[in-house]
Amino acid sequence: MAYPGLILANAARMAGVDARLFFTFWGLDIVNEKKIDHLHLNLVGNPSAPIPAIIAGLPGVEALARAQMRKEMERLDIPPIREFVEMLDDAGADLYGCQMALDMFKLTKDDLVPQVKEVLTAMDFMDMSEGAPTIFI
Amino acid sequence: MTALEALRTDADGYLVNRDDWSEDLAKELAAKMGIELGDEHWKVLKTARAIEGESGSSPGLRKISKRSETPIKSIYKLFPDGPAKLIAKIAGIPKPKSCL
Repeated sequence: MAYPGLILANAARMAGVDARLFFTFWGLDIVNEKKIDHLHLNLVGNPSAPIPAIIAGLPGVEALARAQMRKEMERLDIPPIREFVEMLDDAGADLYGCQMALDMFKLTKDDLVPQVKEVLTAMDFMDMSEGAPTIFI
Repeated sequence: MTALEALRTDADGYLVNRDDWSEDLAKELAAKMGIELGDEHWKVLKTARAIEGESGSSPGLRKISKRSETPIKSIYKLFPDGPAKLIAKIAGIPKPKSCL
């Protein structure tokens, strides 16, 4: 689920707090140019999923749930992920990609959306965030 | 006691009664925060106040941006350091509950 981290970062910026996001492993999909418009929901193995796992795993159910969620998001005026990432960039949040995750998926910075400022290692990110609260989502 | 000191605000500094608000007061509040209000500021502030008047809840930046046709980026330039809070305080409306 891509939204929680993005929403928190946006709320921080609106309140005048700096926000830096580090995308690693599956989180990298959120800023991957090829995947950002096709992100999926995790219904199976998710205790908060609104439908039983045995049904959630059936073909087409995830697509249905995604469509339903998108409708609900629109009603609440929550933008799609790509627009959300652009909004965060406009709001002055800094986005970073994880070097190791890029290597693992055989990607380069050019495969990421332009809002990603830099590709870093987790240690670089820790150094630049020293003293600030770090939330892992 | 100046008008500014006599104002009733909540613990976070938001105006308690929206009718205590006036344009002169907004100018004073903004000046205290280091902002000199220009046309662009007013457009944003009046939009925020209008939305709050209609819906009863303070809007987040996305709503303000869409309705006032002011890009998010510009809003952050007009009200640096926490635009959602600053706009609500200067526009005399409660702290926004939206995270967007």
